[in-house]
Amino acid sequence: MQTKRTIFPNKVLPYLLLVPQLAVTLVFFIWPALQAVKSSFEREDPFGFKTTFVWFENYRRLFADPNYLGSLSKTAVFATSVTVLAMSVSLLLAVAVSRVLRTSRLYTTLLVWPYAVAPVVVGVLWWFMFNPTIGIAPYILRGFGVDWNHRVDGVDAMLLVVMAASWKQISYNFLFFVAGLQSIPQSLIEAAAIDGAGPFKRFWTIVFPLLSPTTFFLLIININYAMFDTFGIIDATTQGGPAQATNVLVYKVYSDGFLGLNIGSSSAQSVILMIVVIALTAVQFRYVERRVQY
Amino acid sequence: MIENRPILAVLTHLVLILGVVIVVFPVYLAFVASTHGGGDFLRGLVPLLPGPNLFANYEFMLTEGLTTAGAPPLWIMLLNSLIIALVIATGKIFISILSAYAIVFFKFPFRMLAFWVIFITLMLPVEVRIMPTFKVVADLGLLNSYAGLTIPLIASATATFLFRQFFLTVPDELMEAARVDGAGPMKFFRDILLPLSRTNIAALFVILFIYGWVQYLWPLLVTTDSRYYTIVMGIKRLAATADAEPQWHLVMTAVMLAMLPPVLVVILMQRLFVKGLVETEK
Repeated sequence: MQTKRTIFPNKVLPYLLLVPQLAVTLVFFIWPALQAVKSSFEREDPFGFKTTFVWFENYRRLFADPNYLGSLSKTAVFATSVTVLAMSVSLLLAVAVSRVLRTSRLYTTLLVWPYAVAPVVVGVLWWFMFNPTIGIAPYILRGFGVDWNHRVDGVDAMLLVVMAASWKQISYNFLFFVAGLQSIPQSLIEAAAIDGAGPFKRFWTIVFPLLSPTTFFLLIININYAMFDTFGIIDATTQGGPAQATNVLVYKVYSDGFLGLNIGSSSAQSVILMIVVIALTAVQFRYVERRVQY
Repeated sequence: MIENRPILAVLTHLVLILGVVIVVFPVYLAFVASTHGGGDFLRGLVPLLPGPNLFANYEFMLTEGLTTAGAPPLWIMLLNSLIIALVIATGKIFISILSAYAIVFFKFPFRMLAFWVIFITLMLPVEVRIMPTFKVVADLGLLNSYAGLTIPLIASATATFLFRQFFLTVPDELMEAARVDGAGPMKFFRDILLPLSRTNIAALFVILFIYGWVQYLWPLLVTTDSRYYTIVMGIKRLAATADAEPQWHLVMTAVMLAMLPPVLVVILMQRLFVKGLVETEK
């Protein structure tokens, strides 16, 4: 690991400097994580008097549970849809902003603020807009003969949470795409224009391939976002329902642990989620290191 | 722009305007709802133009609030959110700048181990280790306290990495000169490194303030005493009762108030915000 050419010779000071962060990390991160791993191998009796070590029983039950398997596939559908929708809309907007000159700052300001809106507030906003009794969206949809009710219809509920989650993520992706577009050398695009390539051809043959590092980075970030940061949106709109239709993994950990009080199963689910985060982080860092080399 | 294509230019603006409309519309609806009286929602459709109750609603929610929902006046919740966001942002910057300083400017046994322990926090978001973390906080007697609301969220690998990256770019000559002049490590840190890091700290502060403000799941779990409610978690409780007995105008007033502070921070400090966002995520 990189250090300075010259360093301070103190022996005790560096440890003192590290104490606050390491203390918080050990007490609130490492220790709970180890507890989760431990209790994922245990079963508590209904009265909480006695815990028995059950090896992989909790995991075996999880993967035999149709509810959990359903939650896995719902999470896959949700994360894929949010990633594709949020990324394509923001790429379109970023390309558009890079084409305008004078008004680009104004548009940027108008597009980036949803980053600061809390997920649960995003949920309440969309829940209000799509409220089956008084919402404006179901009213308009009825005009087209569509009967919207996310309280009963699982597909409607999934569409609602996907739209709300993507809405929030557009601002983030937009900023990174704008930064990525700015780093593409203008001379390449001008050369292609002189050779007679139109704007669309230039985009698909030059801009989009050169943007791929940004796109890949955002892909990981968006999957991570959809899987772990959307708890508030789900909780405010559908609460996992109707009939488990939007019960994604993060929400299920919470509802099984705190509402269902099934600690062994909830811990096993936590451990599985940790493995997912570790995998995503590893992919992200491998890619970052590769990029640094060339 | 390389060539002049009027149709494409018009199309570009259309796309952008449509994007802005999609982004703004849900908030516009909430704003309109927050300016009406309760009776205006009984017709079966939300009003689309602002009504006359703007000040009455905001004053009522700020000073009294929905006591039937067990929620305190909004000013208390706003104050709690402000305290928590400020403590989280300041605390994260404080502990991570110190640990980054130790990792970059000193060589000591277990340096790699310390780095990896910090790195691991990236992989354990609170949503993932929720049950056991709750148990730790409960065992420490920190439920319903500002300490319980903030300290578990204060460790941050991203802030440490950002400072580490920045410290590595600080020229070695600066430190050599300081040492020749007889400055010890803490004097070098205070008088040279901190002033150099000012912009980075400010940019990071904007991002971390927003991070602290939008926390939802954690406050929801560790507070049962309404004196410690934050505005973001309080909204859910208001909305839950609104479904039974619609008080849309008051819920949307709370939504507007919950959004306003962090959104203003982003808009007013856009340059710092963009810098903080782009640099912390590398």
